[in-house]
Amino acid sequence: MKIKVTKENCTGCKLCQQICTIEHYGVVNPKMAAIRVTGEFPEPGVFTPKLCVQCGACARACPFDAIERRDDKVYVINPETCTNCGVCVEACPFDVMFTHPDAPTPIKCDMCLKCTEVCNTGALTVEE
Amino acid sequence: MNGFGGTILRINLETGDVKRTPTPESFAREWMGARGFVAKTLYDEVPRDADPLGPDNLFIMAPGVMTGAFAPCGSKIGFGCISPATNGHADSNMGGMLGAEVKYAGYDMVVFEKISPEPVYLYIDDDKIEIRPAGDYWGMGSLDLETRMKEDLGEDFQIATIGPAGENGVVFSCITHDFGRQAGRCGVGAVMGSKKLKAIAVRGTKTLPVHDVAAMTKSTYDIIQRTKPHPLMEPWQKYGTALFVGWANEHGCFPTRNFQTTFHDKWPEISGEKLAEEILVTHKACFGCWMNCGKYSVAKIPGKPDTYVEGPEYETIALCGGSCAMENIHHVAYANWLCDNLGLDTMSAGNTIGFAMECYEKGIITKDDLEGHELRWGNIDDFENVVKMIADRRGIGETLSYGTKGAAERLGHDTLAFASQSKGMEFSGYDTRWYSAQLLSYCTSDIGAHHNRSWAITADIQIGQDTPKGKAPVVIYLQHIRPLFDTWCCCRLFWGELDITPEEHVDTIQYLTGWDVTMEECMQVSEKIWNLTRAHYLERNGGPGKQFDVAPVRHLEEKIPSGPAEGHTVGRENFEYMLNDYYYNRGWDKNGHPTREVLEILGIGYAADNLEEAGLLGEPFEGGVPKVRGEKLKPKAM
Repeated sequence: MKIKVTKENCTGCKLCQQICTIEHYGVVNPKMAAIRVTGEFPEPGVFTPKLCVQCGACARACPFDAIERRDDKVYVINPETCTNCGVCVEACPFDVMFTHPDAPTPIKCDMCLKCTEVCNTGALTVEE
Repeated sequence: MNGFGGTILRINLETGDVKRTPTPESFAREWMGARGFVAKTLYDEVPRDADPLGPDNLFIMAPGVMTGAFAPCGSKIGFGCISPATNGHADSNMGGMLGAEVKYAGYDMVVFEKISPEPVYLYIDDDKIEIRPAGDYWGMGSLDLETRMKEDLGEDFQIATIGPAGENGVVFSCITHDFGRQAGRCGVGAVMGSKKLKAIAVRGTKTLPVHDVAAMTKSTYDIIQRTKPHPLMEPWQKYGTALFVGWANEHGCFPTRNFQTTFHDKWPEISGEKLAEEILVTHKACFGCWMNCGKYSVAKIPGKPDTYVEGPEYETIALCGGSCAMENIHHVAYANWLCDNLGLDTMSAGNTIGFAMECYEKGIITKDDLEGHELRWGNIDDFENVVKMIADRRGIGETLSYGTKGAAERLGHDTLAFASQSKGMEFSGYDTRWYSAQLLSYCTSDIGAHHNRSWAITADIQIGQDTPKGKAPVVIYLQHIRPLFDTWCCCRLFWGELDITPEEHVDTIQYLTGWDVTMEECMQVSEKIWNLTRAHYLERNGGPGKQFDVAPVRHLEEKIPSGPAEGHTVGRENFEYMLNDYYYNRGWDKNGHPTREVLEILGIGYAADNLEEAGLLGEPFEGGVPKVRGEKLKPKAM
């Protein structure tokens, strides 16, 4: 299962960022989301939701083995062992691991799929 | 305090002083945000003789209680000042991303005082506040500057800018953000420019404090799921407000050739359908909106550069399109881009240029006034020439830079009769000759003729288009509904189109703030704002108030010559009936002055004291003012 991104459908509303932060941190602060919507304006006028593709580069880079692969092939950060050193953020080939002063660890998509539930344009859908 | 950023900023642009004070919870609850904060602050602080473009006017930016929350489209941010177009209270709001960013930086209101000696911009990065030089930016177009500032500061800053028109004091200059969202009306961009404030750049990374995150989230999540299959969702997503171009023509309210008539026989060429088919680049939403009415387009016209612009939305199509008799969607989009980059409100600009085209048709404006150019109906080159003259205030552009009322006063020749404006602000994109409640809405509006103060077109249809009876109480109710959205700062379209009720928004505000707030309390805030801005207008402009609530002769007397509304006009008697009915139902006297009784019911007895001192207080009512002021039209108020 994966989250399929169809960027031409994205309207830049950032509902995905809002629900992501609420789901994971219980707060309203889209800057703590594991998904980011970026826009290229005025030209060509395109939004792109950026999120983790579960490639595992972060896990391989982590010096503390704090990023584990779940049975469903999703990489998750273990907050017990993560030191928030930031090596994984640097190693991420897609720039989709984020940091925030209020977050105890780097921020990474754990495939909760909440973003796909609020997206109303088909930009984020679940693909089996 | 939950639901708010927590801090009010005051910036003295003359001295560079920056003052931070905690937002008082009593103030927040009493006025809710944005339009409410603006109304109260302007009333309390701006001297009644302050020049709108002088140092004693304030320029205010304020989000509202729902801005930035996980709430149905809590995207809005308000701007306020005394308007150079109307010399009264002004507020104008925009969606986009700026409001949320301001809240996340921790601010509920930013009040700019005085005038900077040099061009500057305000830089906010959470707690870091700087007034930075903007000499390099001065003179740049609004959209060009946003591009430049994103390069200079970073993609994650949200930027609001003015264009050359705002710098030059054109009274219908706007503020632009997010490549096409505008606080368009009242000339807020001119006041920003008068303060030498070229832009505002904000980055906010803080958490918005919320009383009950779980309840707020469940409520909004459920509303999202409920409204996804709403029958109006798909057309709104596809066409946005431009959806209404066909409807407005079929209902005989589409301004055509400066409101000469109300049906444009080439409307399909400038419709939402044509937009989607020919020029659409992407759909574009405001923060937290799942209906994405924003349409981002590209205009391609041989001999001109391709121009990317958000829009054109309905109002732009109606006024830059219909009222200027455009027949090509690319031309309307290009006119939209010109106005946006120059920093002009597309509504007042389109209306004013349509007015100027009629003056040209009648020989009142000539080629000599236009630096040798013509000003023909539907001609995009002529539009481009004159709109640039307006922004620069060159030649006839200087005359037109005052809007239709100011221009008519300067041009003479009885041109005021066909200037579609009230109190100095131009009509929105709805002709009113078959829609008398809409005419009453325009003419009683505190900021001048703006449909968002009360959109009564469907109420007219429901009550009966040929009667003046029963219109006033409904207009009052609508004038009380609308401030809710402008103070709460959520998009009103969810209410109007997707059946999300104001009561549901009140629930959201409870979850956000923890207040035991009710719909009744919010409606009282609305009525209080409405009465306070009326008192403010009278204190600035004198009495009797009725002299300002006037309709243009065209809309009172001229019969619509063609289309579905052919033969209709409101008529002076009907307008007089509605206006008197309106004053009575508001608890105002026959001159349109609020009475002490109604002001005290609303808890603003101080406004009664001020009006009394100025000799402007309404005469008391025999038997007291109506207990219920305004009437909800069943089943759905809009």
